[in-house]
Order: sequence, then structure tokens, then C-alpha cells
Amino acid sequence: MINQQSSNRFFFNVDWITILIYVALCGIGFVNIYASIYNPEESTVFNFSTNYGKQLIFIITGLILGLSILLLDAKFFSIFSPIIYGITMLLLIVVLVVGRNVGGNQAWIPIGSFRLQPSELAKFGTALLLARYISSFNPKLNTLKPVLIAALIIVIPMCLIMLQPDAGSMLVFLSFMFPLYREGLPGYLLVIFWGMVLLFILNLFLAPWVLISSILAIGGLFIYFNKKKQQRMIMIGVITFAAIGYLFIAKVIFENVLQPHQRTRIELILGLKTDPRGAGYNVNQSKIAIGSGQLTGRGFLEGTQTKYGYVPEQSTDFIFSTIGEEWGFTGCFVVIALYLFLLLRVINLAERQRSSFSRVYGYCVACIIFFHVFINIGMTIGIIPVIGIPLPFISYGGSSLWSFTVLLFIFLKLDSNRMGFI
Amino acid sequence: MDNLFNRKYTIQGLFIVIGLILLGTLFYIQVATDKYFISAESNVLRKIYTFPARGVIFDRNEKPLAQNEAVYDLMVIPNQVKKFDTAALCRIIDIDMDRFKRNFNKATAQSRYQPSIFERQLSIQVYATLSEQLSRFPGFFVQSRTIRHYPDSVAAHFLGYIKEVSPLDIQNSEGYYRSGDYIGKSGVEKSYETLLRGERGVVNMLYDARNVPKGSYAEGRFDTAAVSGDRLISSLDLKLQKLGEELMRNKVGSIVAIEPASGEILAFVSSPSYDPNLMVGRNQGNNYMELLKNPNRVFNIRPIQGYYSPGSSFKPLDALLGLQEGVIDPNTTFNCPGYFKVGGHTVKCEHVDGNIALRKGLARSCNTYACYVFQQLITQRKYPNQRVAYDAWQKKVKKFGLGEKLGIDLPSERNGRLYDAAYYSGKYSKYWNYGTVISLAIGQGEMDATPLQMANIMAIIANRGYYIKPHLVKAIGKNRVIKKEYVKKNYVDVEARHFEPVIDGMQDAVNAPWGTAIQSRIDGILMCGKTGTVQNPRGKNHSVFIGFAPRDNPKIAIAVIVENAGYGSTYAAPIASYIAEQYLRGQLPKNKLAQVEWMKKQVILPEPPKPKVKPKAKDKDSVTTVNPAPAQVTPNNTTTSTPIPPLK
Repeated sequence: MINQQSSNRFFFNVDWITILIYVALCGIGFVNIYASIYNPEESTVFNFSTNYGKQLIFIITGLILGLSILLLDAKFFSIFSPIIYGITMLLLIVVLVVGRNVGGNQAWIPIGSFRLQPSELAKFGTALLLARYISSFNPKLNTLKPVLIAALIIVIPMCLIMLQPDAGSMLVFLSFMFPLYREGLPGYLLVIFWGMVLLFILNLFLAPWVLISSILAIGGLFIYFNKKKQQRMIMIGVITFAAIGYLFIAKVIFENVLQPHQRTRIELILGLKTDPRGAGYNVNQSKIAIGSGQLTGRGFLEGTQTKYGYVPEQSTDFIFSTIGEEWGFTGCFVVIALYLFLLLRVINLAERQRSSFSRVYGYCVACIIFFHVFINIGMTIGIIPVIGIPLPFISYGGSSLWSFTVLLFIFLKLDSNRMGFI
Repeated sequence: MDNLFNRKYTIQGLFIVIGLILLGTLFYIQVATDKYFISAESNVLRKIYTFPARGVIFDRNEKPLAQNEAVYDLMVIPNQVKKFDTAALCRIIDIDMDRFKRNFNKATAQSRYQPSIFERQLSIQVYATLSEQLSRFPGFFVQSRTIRHYPDSVAAHFLGYIKEVSPLDIQNSEGYYRSGDYIGKSGVEKSYETLLRGERGVVNMLYDARNVPKGSYAEGRFDTAAVSGDRLISSLDLKLQKLGEELMRNKVGSIVAIEPASGEILAFVSSPSYDPNLMVGRNQGNNYMELLKNPNRVFNIRPIQGYYSPGSSFKPLDALLGLQEGVIDPNTTFNCPGYFKVGGHTVKCEHVDGNIALRKGLARSCNTYACYVFQQLITQRKYPNQRVAYDAWQKKVKKFGLGEKLGIDLPSERNGRLYDAAYYSGKYSKYWNYGTVISLAIGQGEMDATPLQMANIMAIIANRGYYIKPHLVKAIGKNRVIKKEYVKKNYVDVEARHFEPVIDGMQDAVNAPWGTAIQSRIDGILMCGKTGTVQNPRGKNHSVFIGFAPRDNPKIAIAVIVENAGYGSTYAAPIASYIAEQYLRGQLPKNKLAQVEWMKKQVILPEPPKPKVKPKAKDKDSVTTVNPAPAQVTPNNTTTSTPIPPLK
């Protein structure tokens, strides 16, 4: 009796709405992976050796994995977070040694017939440690030392991933900026950071003299409006010259640090180059597939671009193009609405936590998923450079699905236990 | 802490804004524009065209004049081309490296992913060698299509030629033709283009990203099969045509032979001619330029475009109209002192015939007689003045098909020339009378006819009063359809009884000892005809003969013009007689073969063109017509050899 009661209470506390959305997204993923791989000439008998068959196994095992996480003690994650973080960092090092090189990235550890992608695990490892750090030390994030410590937690996996090198996964770690912002990181740091990103992009677009003169003009204007306040004038002056100096550094980074294919991708997105048959091929074909879906889509298994293999990597990074073609704007709207609903829900759940560990972790989950969704869909419709990261819960792949499942279900476990102490 | 709690809204707001940006972009590419939809269609959909065979053209005995021969276009899909032995390919299809590069760049410029023609019209021999080794050349494949082949190399002007469509053709066809299609550019190929070309077949195929066909689009609902073009049975007689072309070899001129009862053209010779096979295949362009260099304008279709004064061959019309109007009867005589004089105009006659009536007047081609008849016609009392009378006369002449297109089924027929009274009133400001235009009586002056029109006049006389529009195609397609306009009888409003006296005269011209064409008499066949020696302002006179045979129930009406060959009796008349006999007997008697061979060997070409002097003589009305005395005239200096061997 007691057992049953406790399990009743346990399941009552879990946020079923989130799980429902999770299942829905996994289902959408399965259907569209099936469509992406579907070949009208081959037999349609269900087959576990195909990718959609494998994905079904991933979904089922993922669910089992998620439910077993719900059975763990909530304190486990808080207590063991440094160890989990350590293990994931270790795996990031191991992959550099024993990893298999696929498409120029040494990102996979082969285990039997499956492949483990440590960078996926590193995401929740980092999220846990970050949450632990903030909840244990309650640091003031508007002072230098805590910011540096938090930055260190984030930058270590980024550097290790950069060695693979896997820029896409690395960029996802920038999403931890938002939980830190929620916990007190000054807004101007974010503004400066994204300002630097913007300048980096503008630097590629505009001639140096245009950019420099406009920075000087803006700086001049600010100084003019603050001419009574000497301190501010000095600060604006410093920022202005720092910005100009940054331009030159950015140029050097772009030309010497980025790999040629990454440079090309960025240039294509910015319209500095047009090459629909070359590096822009993926994006162009993906846009064509999505655009051809029109309002209601061509229907399940009816997408010609999907069926005849016009979009490369369609079941993984470009899975959204299948949704776009076969289900049209309606389908895209549903998927994006589901994601938005999930993200807003997770944030709301995070805010109702009593423990700051759960809250920070919740924010991390939402922001990681947000980054993935934004970058992935953005690249399939050509508003973001091609950065190879999966669409959460939908893209084909065990590592990705499991790590997102673990990421989300740890939070659901924490949430179900929100009345307790961690 | 309140402050930090509010940051939740900043972050959630960011999520929503980004979500809306994604949805907005999606709305644009999916709903607001169909650009991507169209790109998707062109990604997967390829229209594969199958080319129909053009309709075969037969002669009247259903021997092929134009048929089809398979050729092979070497196609290329540039992006599928991998490294290969270019020199080997060049060797097999016999092109040099420059041409290879040019072709390849052209194909690449058209499309990297769609097939385009790399080298066209390879022969079957080249194809055989190539197909064995095609696997060595990835990205290349062969597509068969048919081109024309002319087994007997005859009737080039009738057949015309086909050529790849020009951008203008494509534009004018409102999208029917596509680059690489062929279209009839002249002759029957042009006038019957829509029937001959057939219907292209199209297969809508789906292709995957590796350019592998993935089956048909929409279960082939929009596919069509190629339908080959309708066959045409021409009215030409292959044997006759061949003989005509051989007889006219190295001469400039025309032969037109018509079956009077049906209006079917039996022979349609325009000389100089060319081998129609030259206008086929990869050297078409070069051959065309080469043929253009011939100063005698090979591409002129002289039977329907050449302008000649009908000359004496017009005289039967004078007599017919005179009889119909009642201004003369067969026994009316006029005195010929060797000339006809009216006002300031004098028309000379070659001989002093004394009192002469219709029959002999025609047989001896008496100019004086013709002028008297013309005078009688124009000065009839029933007309208020001669100008009105002239208009009535002109209308009657026009009924015979002069001065207007006859409506043959070939493009580019010309009108000929015959003016109305208003023209002369304009020119001579009313002060003109029959004397001013007296040259018309003898078929000179401001009157031109095409050889076809001349032959048609003979058909009218042979039919005793009507003609059917001369035409070259007697049956279209399997059901042997004939156009309605080519069965209708066109009457010339001269009663049948008036024809007999005229025909008597024409019979004598060929058969009586005093006739102008006695040399061309055919044993056992009563041919009626009329010689003409047409003044040519640019050089030597043209030799003309028109006639029909046999006299009763005529089977063939004919007009022969040999430019710059002098008297009608020396060249045109014998040629006409050979044609007539060949047609009526199916072969030429052995004793004539030597003459025929002699005729074939004659070279009568105009002297190289001099600096152009504007011809004046033709427009003058007082013209002296030189009529031939029959017999032993040796033609001009360009003629190479001996006189005509005497007839039996």
C-alpha cells in the first residue's frame, strides 16, 4: 500500500504535460525519419536494421532511460554533479584519442554498433556543475571571480570540443550565458558579447573604413551627449577604440582561425558568395524542399525532394526539411509551437523551484534546447550558417536523443521533487 | 531579487521573438512565394522528348522521294562527366580538341545537370564504334533521331529542306518548337510542315538527386507517345522528274508538266538544281554557303519565281478571246506584210505571210495576225472607250491564271505581271490606246508569267476551257485526303468549241511542215504546242516551248524554258517532246536516245554577270520579236557542240 501510494504521489508530481510534448516531438521525429529514408522501390516491411527502426529503439530505450531517471533520488544529481562533469570531460578527452573520425570531426566513440558522442553528454554534465556551483556558493555574478569560475566551467568543454573540432556543438555552450544572466550576470556583458558577434559579422560585410568611421561617429555622438560627465566620456572613448581594435582581431580570426569550409558557410549566409551548387547546396536544397511544402505540405511520403534524396543529411541535421516539405507551413507551425510551449513551460517550472540548483538547471535545459532549435531550423531555412547540430528529439541519432532525454528528465525529476530539499 | 526574477521575461521574450522570426521566414518561403515550389519541380521533373519520324514523301507511283534515316546525337550531362580519355572520344567522333572544348563549354553553359547535344548527327557507323566504348565516357549517351534522306537526289526545289529551328522560329511558334527541333524551311517541307512534323512524344520522368530515373510522373497521366508525321503522296513522276533534271543539267531554266485533268504537276524542274542530300547532316551549313556562291542562284524556284515574257506562247490566248468575243472566226484573214504598224509602233513579223487565217497564223506564229486580233478586241464598239475594253480584256486574260498566284502548294510563289488600264492611264495620262500596248498581243511588253502559269495555260487549252489549280501533293496521310481547292474546276469563260480551231493551229506548229516546232514532232503522238523565243534584255533570248499531248484526251501539258538558249525550237521544244513521250509511252524510243544524251550534255550557261546595267528594253512597247525559221540554226557561242542531229 505504501509503495503504491508513494508511487502515485511520485507520478502525480511529474509534469505530464512536458512528457506529452516530449513524446509528441519524438513521434514527429520518427515519422519524418521514416519519410526521409523511405524508398518507394524497396519493400515497406518494417525493419530494425534501417535508421527508422533504430530510431524506434532509441526512442523506447530513451523513454526507459528517462523513466529510470525519475526513479533515482533527486539528491543524486546535485551530489554527483562534479563527478558527472568530470566523467563527461574525461570522455571528451578519450574521444580525442580513440574517437572515430567522421566527416573531419573526431566526435564519436564507437561502442559496438552504436556510437557515443561525448559532446552531447558534456552538455548536461556542464549544466549540472553550473547549477551546483551557483546553488552551493550563491556567488555574486556581478563580481569578477564568480564570473571567471562559471566561465571556466563552460569554457573547458568548449575547448575540448573545439579540438575535435566540432564548432556546432561548441557554440551550443554559449547558451549557458542565459542561465547566468538569470542568476545575476550583468546584462551589459551579454550586450558586449553579442555586440562583438554583430561587429564580427558586419566586419565581413562592410568595408573597414565604413565600419571604422561609423563606429567613430557613434562614439562621437555618445561623447557629445555625455560631455558633462568626464568619466563616461573616457569610458565611451575606450570602448570606441576597443571596438576598432576588435575589428582587426576579428579579421585575423576569420581569416586564420576558422576553417575554410566554415568561412565559406558564413560568407554564403551573408550573401557574400553565391554558389548554389557548391557549399550552398545543402541550404539551397533544404530551402527548396521546405518552400515546396507550401501551406499544407505534399503529404506523408509524398515529398519528391525528400524521397529522391535532394537534401543531404536529411534524417539528421536537415530533418526539418522533411517536415517542411511533407507537412507544409502547418506542420512547421505545429513543431515550432510545440518547442516554444516546451521552452516556456520549462522556464515556468524552473521559476517555481525552491532550490536554486533546480532553477539554474531548468534554465540550462531550456536554453540548450532553444539554441539547438534556433540554430538547426535557422540553418535549414538559410538564416544561419550551416552548423551541424541536431534538432532536439526529432533528428535521427541515439546519442543526441538520449542526451536530450536525460537532460530533460533530470529536470523533470528535480521538478517532481520541488517540495523536498536537495 | 525581484530584479532577477524579471529576467525570466527577458529570456522568455527572446524565445518568442526568435520563434516568430523562424515562423515569419517559413511563411515567406512556403506560403508567400512559389519560387521554391517551382525549383522543386525542376529538381525532380525531366521532360524526355521522343522525336517523331517526319512524314515520308512519295512520288505519284509511291516511290519514296524523301525518307528518314536514323542518326545519333551524342548527348552529354556535364556534371556526370568524369575524367576520361578525351582524345579517344575525339578520334571516334572525328572532331578536334578545339571543337571538343567548344562543344563541352556550350553544353555546360546550357545546363550542368540536364542533357544537351554535344555532337549532332553521327552516322550509324560512328554510332556502332562509339556505343561499344560508351562506358569509357561517363556522362555521355546517345539519342537517336531521324534525318531526311533522298534516295534519288531529285526534286530539290519541290522538297525543300529542313533545318534546326532558329530562335525566331521558336518565338513565332508560340512555344511549340524547342531548341534542337527541326523545321521545314522551304518547299513542301515548309508548306506541309504541320502535317509532316508529326507530334512529339513526351515522358515526364522523376529523377533523384543522383540523376537516376525514378519512374514516371503522376503514373504517366501527362505522357504522350510520338506520332510520326503524315505521309504525302506527291503528284510528281519520279522517272519524268529525273529525266527533266538530266535534260536541264548545265542549263538555266524550268520544266513544268501538268496532268490537265487533275492539275497534278508531273514534273517540276528548276535548273540549276542541287542534290537535296547536301542540305542534310552535319555539313548542311557549309554546303548551303557553297551553293549560295553559284551565280545562277540555285535556290531560286524558277517554275514559280522566274519571270519570263510569255512571248509567242501567249498567241493562242489572243485567238481564243477573239473567237469568244466574236471579233474573228476561224476563217477571218489578215494581211501580213511582215510587220504590223499602229501609230508610232511597229511590230515586226519574221516572215511575210500575206493573207493569213487563224490556223496558219498560230502554226507560223504570225505577229501581225496576233496584233490584228488584239486590235479587234480592244476596239470593239460595245465598250465606251479602249481603256474600258482593255480592262475587260485584262480580266479575261487573268481568268487564265496570269498576273496572279495560281495557289500552288509551295511557299514563295510569285504573281507574274499584267497591268490594268488604270496603270497605263497613270503612266500615259489617258492618251493611250491599243497601239500603246500592242506588244501585249505577242506576249511581250509589260507582261510576265512564271513557267507554272504558262504550263497552266496549256492545261486550260488541253481541257478545252478550265483548269484545276496546279498542285504537287495529291494525297495526304493514310486516308489520302486531297485539299478541296485542288479538285475544283476553274472555268475561263471561253466555250469549248472555240478551242478546236486554236488547237488545230497548235497541232500544225508541231506537226505541219510549216510549223515552228516540226523538228520536235513525235511519231504516233499528236502533240500540240507553241514555240517562243523570248527577248531577254540581259543577254541571249530564252528558248520557250509550251504544249500538250496527245491532242485528244490530253495527258500532259508542259512548259519548258531554257534561258539564253535562243530559238524555242532548238532546245525547249525537243526537251518538251522527250518529256511528253517519256510520260505517254513510259520510255523513250531507242532511236531518240542519242538525241537525248546529246541534249543532256549541252552546256548553256549565261556569261559571267557584267556590271549591272538597268534593263530598259523590257518596258518598251515597241518590241521586235524574232521568230525562228525552223531548222538548222546553230545556237550561241556558249553552246559547246554540234547541231541537233536530224530527226527522222
